[in-house]
Amino acid sequence: MLEIGLSHYLTLASILFTLGIFGIFLNRKNVIVILMSIELMLLAVNINFVAFSAFLNDLVGQVFAMFVLTVAAAEAAIGLAIVVVYFRNRGTIEVEDINLMKG
Amino acid sequence: MVIQALVFWLFAIVLVAAGAMVVTARNPVHSVLFLILAFFNAAGLFVLLGAEFLAMILVVVYVGAVAVLFLFVVMMLDVDFVQLREGFLRYLPIGTLIGLVLLAELVLVFGAWITAPDIAAAITAPTPAVARVPNTVALGALLYTRYVYVFQAAGVILLIAMIGAIVLTLRRREDVRRQQAGVQHGRLRGETIELIKVPPGQGI
Repeated sequence: MLEIGLSHYLTLASILFTLGIFGIFLNRKNVIVILMSIELMLLAVNINFVAFSAFLNDLVGQVFAMFVLTVAAAEAAIGLAIVVVYFRNRGTIEVEDINLMKG
Repeated sequence: MVIQALVFWLFAIVLVAAGAMVVTARNPVHSVLFLILAFFNAAGLFVLLGAEFLAMILVVVYVGAVAVLFLFVVMMLDVDFVQLREGFLRYLPIGTLIGLVLLAELVLVFGAWITAPDIAAAITAPTPAVARVPNTVALGALLYTRYVYVFQAAGVILLIAMIGAIVLTLRRREDVRRQQAGVQHGRLRGETIELIKVPPGQGI
């Protein structure tokens, strides 16, 4: 209990990742909360990277956590821009309404 | 050691609670605020792990930029969030089931993690002692030498994201009268001014 090891961090990251997936299932209509859930999942991945980096004494994990951060920021910007454009055109952000390209 | 463990449990419990509130909060604004709380706690965990630079980057990038962006969009869009929550309970059982299965699998894999004894030989960039080289310096020395091309690619990704967001959201509104400098400069005196000789006492 008082000895914090690698598996503690890995379990925490897996709980967080599962919460992200749970959020996507729960908020299937609200695309903004889905994007937030994806951010949670990326945060879990980052915790994994940094925990391995710290416990294996290897700095590369932190470098890659930084790249994950970069991609997450870019993804949030593009995703929210798409949401704004979609709302402007259709007046709703309901995910189930987004079926124009279904044919 | 005890203090470290206590801090870990504090940050971990608040992090998981905040994450749970992000996905279940009724109001998306509250979701964003709980997301910010989760990021702060993750930053605390990073500090605990000795990754100070990443912790500060997490606060600056995620809390300062991404979460504020989310807040902007949530507050700017006039969406009926009550209607969006319809079917929330319909997906609860299957979501819980899949979440529990996934969590059990992940915990089974990670909980029994054993590091191979000869892993030390495979490490490519060992972390220098913190007393000698700070975390930020060590990270920079690695990032600007071996990973410099990947670093540049990350910059290009951010540039593309920026341009993409601008291109997506920029629009020319037709119902707005705007200045046309070219037309203004192209005007000739003869086209716009007409001199009329008015005889005195008669008018036009």
